[in-house]
Amino acid sequence: MRGANYVLKRLAFAVVTIFVAITLNFVLFRAVPGDAVQSLRCRQCTIQFKAALREELGLDQSKWTQYRVYLVNLAHGDLGQSLRFQDSVWSELLPSIKNTMAMLALGTLFSIVFGVIVGVISAWRRGTIADKVGLWSGLVFYSMPPQWLGLMIVLYVAGAVGLPTSGIKDPTLGILGDASTWTLFVDRIRHMILPAATVGLVLYGEYALIVRSAMLETLGEDYALTARAKGLSNWATVWRHGLRNALLPIVTLVALSLGFIIGGFITVEYVFSYPGIGLQIVEAIDQRDFPILQGAFLLLALSVILLNLLADLLYFKLDPRITE
Amino acid sequence: MSSAFTAAEAPEVTAEARPGFLRTAILGERQAIVGIVVIVAFILIGVIGPFVTGDPKAKVGPVFQPPSGSHLLGLDGGGADMVKLLVNGARVSLLVGFAAAFVSILIGGVVGVLAGFFGGKTDIALMRLTDYFLVIPDVPLMIVAAALFGRSLRNIILIIGIIYWTTTARLLRAQVKSIRERIYVRRARAMGAGNSRLIFRHILPQVAPLVVANTVLLVATAIFAETFITFLGLGDPSAISWGRLIENAFTDDAILNNAWWAIVPPGVCVAIVVLAATMTGAAIEEALNPRLAVGHLSVRRFRMRALPSIGRVEPPATLPPSTGAAGATSGKGTKR
Repeated sequence: MRGANYVLKRLAFAVVTIFVAITLNFVLFRAVPGDAVQSLRCRQCTIQFKAALREELGLDQSKWTQYRVYLVNLAHGDLGQSLRFQDSVWSELLPSIKNTMAMLALGTLFSIVFGVIVGVISAWRRGTIADKVGLWSGLVFYSMPPQWLGLMIVLYVAGAVGLPTSGIKDPTLGILGDASTWTLFVDRIRHMILPAATVGLVLYGEYALIVRSAMLETLGEDYALTARAKGLSNWATVWRHGLRNALLPIVTLVALSLGFIIGGFITVEYVFSYPGIGLQIVEAIDQRDFPILQGAFLLLALSVILLNLLADLLYFKLDPRITE
Repeated sequence: MSSAFTAAEAPEVTAEARPGFLRTAILGERQAIVGIVVIVAFILIGVIGPFVTGDPKAKVGPVFQPPSGSHLLGLDGGGADMVKLLVNGARVSLLVGFAAAFVSILIGGVVGVLAGFFGGKTDIALMRLTDYFLVIPDVPLMIVAAALFGRSLRNIILIIGIIYWTTTARLLRAQVKSIRERIYVRRARAMGAGNSRLIFRHILPQVAPLVVANTVLLVATAIFAETFITFLGLGDPSAISWGRLIENAFTDDAILNNAWWAIVPPGVCVAIVVLAATMTGAAIEEALNPRLAVGHLSVRRFRMRALPSIGRVEPPATLPPSTGAAGATSGKGTKR
């Protein structure tokens, strides 16, 4: 089975990449002058406390032992201990992961729907006003720093639409008696909309440009001409022959841009004080809680690697000729 | 090798990179001219401006003073003149952009040219390495690196440069690989030219336009990346960049003070430069890949048009400069 061979190869690649990410993570954090405990920002910590913490974290052992222990712990799903909280990194990050995923899902949905529609129309009507509007809207949103776009939305949009710009829950809810599940749900969604819209708009720019250029390429292929020649409508040519074939490069490009996408939301969460992984990273940086930072980076790397694997498999599904 | 990446590989450059190709490519596209003019204008502002403005951080009036005749864009949260800050920001942001782009072109160029030129085991080893780094998310890695080593302009430049070498390596490798097999290169080799002569005299001049396009796109990516790093408080405390002005506006609560003049301009500057660089880079790539100029669809639904007039100037198939899209977008065709 050549197909099975391909899948196995991609799996192996993902596994090795995960290993590279883990090693990189370890090396980066150990290459800093001093160690994690030394750089922890904490006023009350005595020298004795730090020494004890160092011993507890195994920082007094050799680098190789530390690396081995790190790998073994990771294999057990143990990301280490937060330095700020007497809590494991994993339990500290888990609620944030859920918040971030919900918000990113909303933003991504928005951007894919609009990105594909605008990209397809733009490529189809190239050179027309519709194309110019699509292209420029994509370019403009693409060129804005996400955190700045977020600030713009807080400044100019939030007031007009009456949506909250900070946090994830209205602090006054639940003070006067229990709020119903529905009220809590609506409140949650309301807090999610603006950060999701910011991420969504930035991604919209990127996706619209990717879809447009991929469509331009496929519409120039001979099979597009054949489709026209045998009397198919523009519509059928675009959807059945253009977009279907453009999906290949689109999937690749979206997968390749994941690192950027995953990064963009960190600053957006900071702007909206949205308690997700991004805000955790910002706070961990601020207080030098390196285990949290390390854990968060590993989780982000892991999710991008797995999404890339998914893209590779999807690629195979879209084009079974791929067996390389 | 990964199929997803095969598809993302660089195109066979169909247009020969003749002498003067780059000039024609840039001057042939109105968007490229506009892009270049904008970038050069900002460079001039960045180089000359700071000598005119003096100390940009000097407190010249009350905090968040609205724009007036003497201070066209008002004052920021520290009472400093926004115009002066922006002018100084241009210098730092562009410095980071170009220096980081240079670093990544250097690393990516060496890796790509070596892999493409020597092929075989060198190629496999180097491209494996590139693939791993291509998949590891760049922005989080950059933030972690900056959190650990950052806080000086030099380190930030190095970090951004080191993070973004992968696309250049992929792009150049594919390009060099195809050029290596061209007849004139083989002939030069038969006449006794050594590897270094082949690379520097015969191959590099051919990939130069691609490198220029890639550099321009990388400058945009790097300026963008700097705003991320700085926004998270990891920037050089003494350097005023556009990213820093955005951060200042956020941390000084410019929004609560309704001080749009402190927030809007730095972001607009970043967006304009990124836009200009994207347009220029894309226009050069476009010129390198003339296949994009053919389309078989009638643009308007009710008008029949059998074939488009080839040679008509098309809007660029613009590609995001980030994360490999630069090379990848033009690589769509290789999947046949």
